[in-house]
Amino acid sequence: MTHPTTTRVPAHGPVPRAGTRPRNTEQWTAWAFLAPIGVYLVAFYAYPLYRNLDLSLRNYTVRSFVQGDAPFTGADNYRTILDDPTFWPAVWHTAVFTGVSLLFQFTFGMALAVFFRQHFRLSATLRALFLVPWLLPLIVSASTWSWMLNSDSGIINAALRPLGLDAVNWLTSPTWSLVSVTIANIWIGIPFNLVVVYSGLQAIPAEIYEAAALDGATPWSTFWRITFPLLRPVSAITLLLGLIYTLKVFDIIWIMTKGGPADASMTLATWSYRLSFGNLLPAFGPGAAVGNLLIIVAMIFGLLYVRTQRKALR
Amino acid sequence: MNRTVKSAIGVVLTAIMLFPVYWMINVSFTSDTDMRDDPPHLFPLHGTLEGYRAVLDQQLPYLSNSLLVALGTVAVTLLLAAPAGYSLARLRPRGGGVLSFVLLVAQMIPGIIMAMGFYAIYLRLGVLNSTAGLILADSTIAVPFGVLIFTAFMSGIPGELTAAARIDGASALRTFWSVILPLSRNAVITVSLFAFLWAWSDFVFATTLDGGGTQQPITLGIYHYIGNNNQQWNAIMATAVVASIPATLLLIVAQRYVAAGVTAGAVKD
Repeated sequence: MTHPTTTRVPAHGPVPRAGTRPRNTEQWTAWAFLAPIGVYLVAFYAYPLYRNLDLSLRNYTVRSFVQGDAPFTGADNYRTILDDPTFWPAVWHTAVFTGVSLLFQFTFGMALAVFFRQHFRLSATLRALFLVPWLLPLIVSASTWSWMLNSDSGIINAALRPLGLDAVNWLTSPTWSLVSVTIANIWIGIPFNLVVVYSGLQAIPAEIYEAAALDGATPWSTFWRITFPLLRPVSAITLLLGLIYTLKVFDIIWIMTKGGPADASMTLATWSYRLSFGNLLPAFGPGAAVGNLLIIVAMIFGLLYVRTQRKALR
Repeated sequence: MNRTVKSAIGVVLTAIMLFPVYWMINVSFTSDTDMRDDPPHLFPLHGTLEGYRAVLDQQLPYLSNSLLVALGTVAVTLLLAAPAGYSLARLRPRGGGVLSFVLLVAQMIPGIIMAMGFYAIYLRLGVLNSTAGLILADSTIAVPFGVLIFTAFMSGIPGELTAAARIDGASALRTFWSVILPLSRNAVITVSLFAFLWAWSDFVFATTLDGGGTQQPITLGIYHYIGNNNQQWNAIMATAVVASIPATLLLIVAQRYVAAGVTAGAVKD
């Protein structure tokens, strides 16, 4: 967004400040307002990230972690994690968790947005209620799903039995734990997709649909020929943002399965946490190294997102 | 399809979506003896308040800590984001574009990685397990979003209003405080709301930076319950219900701000 209104203010206007160059003063004022956030970004973003990088390049033990005299070991921690048998499964689980979550969140979100777009009674109220899962604290959602998916007393298994299906060990079998956390994550992510796609739908002029209706287009072809193509920019942004959010999901998985059993639902985010905080003997160096790999992946998609958004705005 | 049928379908879809929320409430009223019955009780017919009694007995300190942390995060976020938004939107600072870009990228850094860096720093400074430390860490979730919202909103305020203030000889600070900020009420509400919710819901920073001591938030209160061997699910779910109250209240009271906040970050910028 540009600021057409501010440019109308005369720079050499009746500001009673003779002698100083107005442009410079203005820059000083502008940066005075930015000073707090500038300091903040350095202290609370740059410095923790630097510390994290430092952690990943040294051989830290609990003692040297406190005293700060850990020896520099270069890329050793990165080599350690690449050789770790958990590495490739964690990468794979992260990819599956993210990909499957996005696919279903977006499909459901899009379908619901199109549905709610047709104005009917209660449409606005129901759409607001759909936001609830997204607003709940993740620990609330995760613990609720944990109990619903409980092998012996969970409502999900109780509902499967009348259908003739056997009880599933959702959280305690290596086959199902990744599926379970993905289901919970899809549930949490649907509202975000619904709201963003819905706002995109509202930007499509009603006349286009009226014209399509006059030409006798079916709802199905209207969706695929009009809605879907016109939503492409919004869809790209939604999916990329969703991707960046999902890559860093830690809470849900850690609370429901701790990445287990036998690492079956271990992703890069949970692995990084377990290395640093989840064991009796913390491995801060490797933990930070996994974290930094995750940052690089997130940044690649982050930059892609920024580019897509710029293009969409043009 | 007529409208009534659509409404009915809408209600059914919403009911399915909100079933887990219903289940949480149902279990929170279920007594220990009924808890492991098969099939589970769909309604808490022989309901109990045991779970909520446990909340009152054990969780009040956690809840008040969370309230303090959430309010503190709101204050820090507003204090940092509103002036920054004003500058970026109206004062055309050189390098403002770069700063906006940095903020956008900052939003994408996984919280768990920030938490590790914070842990290393806090340990050295001796501020682990403190409310102030958790507030500062939690604010990193909300500040970039806050600047984004304020910048977008303040860009839309008509220039005539600030021009008039300027002709009257008001300084930039005075214009910000007396003209821009009062007009930005909606942005203040949206940012406060999300900062509050995110801080209230935070688990990552809480578990890494505030996992010991007496100043733990409610998310850890629930987490400790789950970790117990004799998992009392009515108490866990009762705490979860209570922890969901702020989100529910905000959705009822400030629904349009919520929807605005969700989309603002994604599409409008």
